[in-house]
Amino acid sequence: MAKKTIKINFDTGWDLAPAPESTGHIQINNKYDLFIGGKWVKPSSGKYFETTNPADEQKLALIAEANAKDVDKAVKAARKAYDTVWSKMPAKERGKYIYRIARLIQEKAREFAVIETLDGGKPIRESRDIDIPLAAAHFFYYAGWADKLEYAFPNRKPKSLGVAGQITPWNFPLLMAAWKIAPALATGNTVVLKPAETTSLTALKLAEVIKETGLPDGVVNIVTGAGETGAAIVNHNDIDKIAFTGSTGVGKIIQNAIAGTNKKATLELGGKAANIIFEDAPLDQAVEGIINGIFFNQGHVCCAGSRLFIQESVYDIVIRKLKDRMESLIIGNPLDKNTDVGAINSKEQLTTINKYIKIGKEEGAEIYQPNCALPKNGYWCKPTLFTGVSQSSRIVQEEIFGPVLAIQTFRTVAEVIDKANNTPFGLSAGVWTDKGSKMFNVTSQLNAGIVWGNTYNKFDPTSPFGGYKESGFGREGGLHGLKAYLKF
Amino acid sequence: MNKIKQGFDFSSSPKVDQVGINDRIARITARSIKKESKMQGLRMALNMIDLTTLEGADTDKKVMQLCNKAQHLHDSYPNLPSVAAVCVYPNFVKTAKECLKGSGINVASVATAFPSGHSSLKIKLLDTNIAVDAGAEEIDMVISRGKFHEGDYNFVYDEIAAIKEACGSSRLKVILETGELGTFDKVRRASDIAMEAGADFIKTSTGKISPAATLPVTLVMLEAIKDYYYKTGVQVGMKPAGGISNSKLALQYLMLVKETLGKDWLTNEWFRFGASSLANDLLMQIIKQDTGIYQSKDYFSKD
Repeated sequence: MAKKTIKINFDTGWDLAPAPESTGHIQINNKYDLFIGGKWVKPSSGKYFETTNPADEQKLALIAEANAKDVDKAVKAARKAYDTVWSKMPAKERGKYIYRIARLIQEKAREFAVIETLDGGKPIRESRDIDIPLAAAHFFYYAGWADKLEYAFPNRKPKSLGVAGQITPWNFPLLMAAWKIAPALATGNTVVLKPAETTSLTALKLAEVIKETGLPDGVVNIVTGAGETGAAIVNHNDIDKIAFTGSTGVGKIIQNAIAGTNKKATLELGGKAANIIFEDAPLDQAVEGIINGIFFNQGHVCCAGSRLFIQESVYDIVIRKLKDRMESLIIGNPLDKNTDVGAINSKEQLTTINKYIKIGKEEGAEIYQPNCALPKNGYWCKPTLFTGVSQSSRIVQEEIFGPVLAIQTFRTVAEVIDKANNTPFGLSAGVWTDKGSKMFNVTSQLNAGIVWGNTYNKFDPTSPFGGYKESGFGREGGLHGLKAYLKF
Repeated sequence: MNKIKQGFDFSSSPKVDQVGINDRIARITARSIKKESKMQGLRMALNMIDLTTLEGADTDKKVMQLCNKAQHLHDSYPNLPSVAAVCVYPNFVKTAKECLKGSGINVASVATAFPSGHSSLKIKLLDTNIAVDAGAEEIDMVISRGKFHEGDYNFVYDEIAAIKEACGSSRLKVILETGELGTFDKVRRASDIAMEAGADFIKTSTGKISPAATLPVTLVMLEAIKDYYYKTGVQVGMKPAGGISNSKLALQYLMLVKETLGKDWLTNEWFRFGASSLANDLLMQIIKQDTGIYQSKDYFSKD
C-alpha cells in the first residue's frame, strides 16, 4: 500500500464567533498627571506624551512626562512621608493599608484587566486570569508579612531602608508594580515608582486605588516618563534603594550610575531560558509547556523559554506535535476572550523582533510559522519556530523578547547542561522528564534563578524570582523579596 | 484469532503529566463559544449522541419509548439533526432494531458481561454474537480491568482482538472504564492496547462507576488516538460516556476534539457522547439560541 501523507486537518469549519470583552465599564481619562504626595500634579515641563493601543494604534490617553524637577518633588514627598508617618506607624496598621489595596484591585479586577490589555496588547485571557489576580495576590501576601518581619528574620532586627526608587517594564505593568510596591510598603519603605512609558495606565489606575485606600500622602508616588525620568530616579541623592526590572543594557547603566553610592539595588534583567525536553518526558504536556513558555504574552517575558532543547530520539515527534498545537492558537484582537496570542507591545519592539527573524533566516535557520491571518492595523508577529540553529547563532544567544523560539537537539544529559548554561543570562529554565532522579540531577546543575520541572511560567507570590549573571541580582517574591527592602 | 504483535511493549506507552493535562483543559474551558458558533456546536453535539438506557429495570416498552424519542427529539421544532445511535443491553437489540427501522439511527449494544466484564471469553463472545445477530451495528465492550491491573496486557489485548473478530462488520467500541484505572498513565496504556487490538472507538466509561467521563481523561485518550493515527494512518473514534448532562460541557468536549484532532473527528462517525439526559439540555439551548426564550423542562419529553 502506498504510504499516504498523514495530516490532521485543523480547518474545521467550526470557528468561534467574536467574543470581545466589554469596554463599557472602564474609565480612562483623557490626560493623566503625576501622582505626587497623594495629589495629581502637573508636570513642571508641561509636556505630555501619548499612550496607544498596540492592537489598533489608536490613542488611549495623554501621559505626563516627569523631568528631574518632578522626580525631586516625588522623592521629597516620599521622604517626608517616610520620616513623619510611615516609618512611625505600627506595622499592623501598615499591613491594613496593603490589604486594602489588594482588595480594591480584586474589586476592580475586570477594569484593570481590560485597561492592561488595551494599553499593552496582551490577551484578555492573560490579564484577566494571570496579571491582575497575581498582582492582588502579591499585595495580600506581603500585607501578611508587614507585622511579622521579626519572625521572618529571627534575632536580626530588620529595619526599613527609606525611599525606594522603582522602575518597571512594559510586559507586566500592574504585576511588576505590585511586585515592587507590596514588599516595599510591607517593610516600611516609601516609594517613587516609574512605570514603562508605553504602558503607564494601570500604574496610574493603581494610584487612584491607592488614593481611595487613604494611604498616607507621599507613601507611594508615581511618576511617568521614559528613560530620562528613570535616570532622574536612579541618580537622585536621597534614594536609598533602586529596584529595576528591564533590559540588561539599562541594568548595566544603572549599576554604573549607583556605583560608589549607598544605594542598595535589585536588578531583574533579561533572559534566554533553556527549556529541555528529555525523551522520557510526558511529550504532549511538554509541548503545552513549550507553547506557554514562548508564546505567553507574545514572548515578552524575561523568563520565556526561548531556547528549546529536544533530545534527538524524540525530535521529530515533538516538532510535529508542536506544529499541530500551533495550528489551534488564535491570534488577533487581544480583547477577544478566545485570543491566545495578542499584539506586540510597540512598534519599536516589533522592529526588534523582525530584525531577529531576519537574522535567523540569514544565519541559515529554517523558519516555521502557522497559516494564520494577522489584523491589518497594529503590531503583530506570528508565532515563530527556528530549527537548524546552534549555540553560535545570534537568535540563540541574544534575547529577542518576542514569540520566536530557537530549537536545538541534544544527546546526553552532560551535553544539554553544558549548552543550557552556555549563555550570559541565568534567569530561568525548564526541564521535562518523567524520571525523578533525572529531574533533580539536571535542575540542580542549571545555572538559573528559577527552574521549572514539568511545567513552565508558573508564578506565585511565595516563590522568589530573580537571576544569575547578566539576568541581574536580588530576588523578588517570598521571604527573599522582603530582604531586599531591609537592613539588619 | 489475532495474537499480540511480537515485540510490542505496552508498559512503555507514553507518559502523561496530570498538571499539564489540567492546564490544557483550563485553556479549553476558558474558550467562549457564543452565537452562531454555539448553535453550530449544539447541533453537532445533538447529532453525536448515543441515547442510552442501561438499567436493570429496562423493559421492551422503555426501549421502544427511547427509540421513539430518538426519532422525534422535538417535533415542534423542525430540521433538528437526529441522534447517532440508541444504546441498549443485548436482549433489547431486536426491539430497538425494529423501532428504528429506516430511521438511519444505529443500534448499539453493550456486551462482554457489561459492566464488570467478569466472565469467561466464551460467555463474552456469545454475548457479542447475540447482539450482532440481533442486528446491533455497534458493540460497546468492556476491558478486563482486573487483568489490566495485574499487568496481563496480552490477555486484555487478545480479548479485545477476539471480540473484534466476533463483531464482523459491526463497529467495536472499547470501554476502558477510566474511573477504575487510577492514573492517566494507565488510561493511556489501555487506550494503546485497545487501538492496537482493533478498536474502532475507545470509550471512557460504562456510566456505572464514578468518576465517569471527564475532560482530562478524554484529552489523554484523544492524544493517544492522534499518536496512533500518525503511526498507522488508521482513524479511531472517541466516546466519552457518563456524566455529560449539560450543553456547556458538551461544547467543551467538542472544543477539545476540534483543537486536538481537528475536522475529521468532528462527526458522529468518529465522535460520540454516551448520554441520556444531554439531548434535552441541548434541545433547550438550541431553542433558546433561536427564540431567546429559555423554556421549562416540562416542554421537553423525557423517555
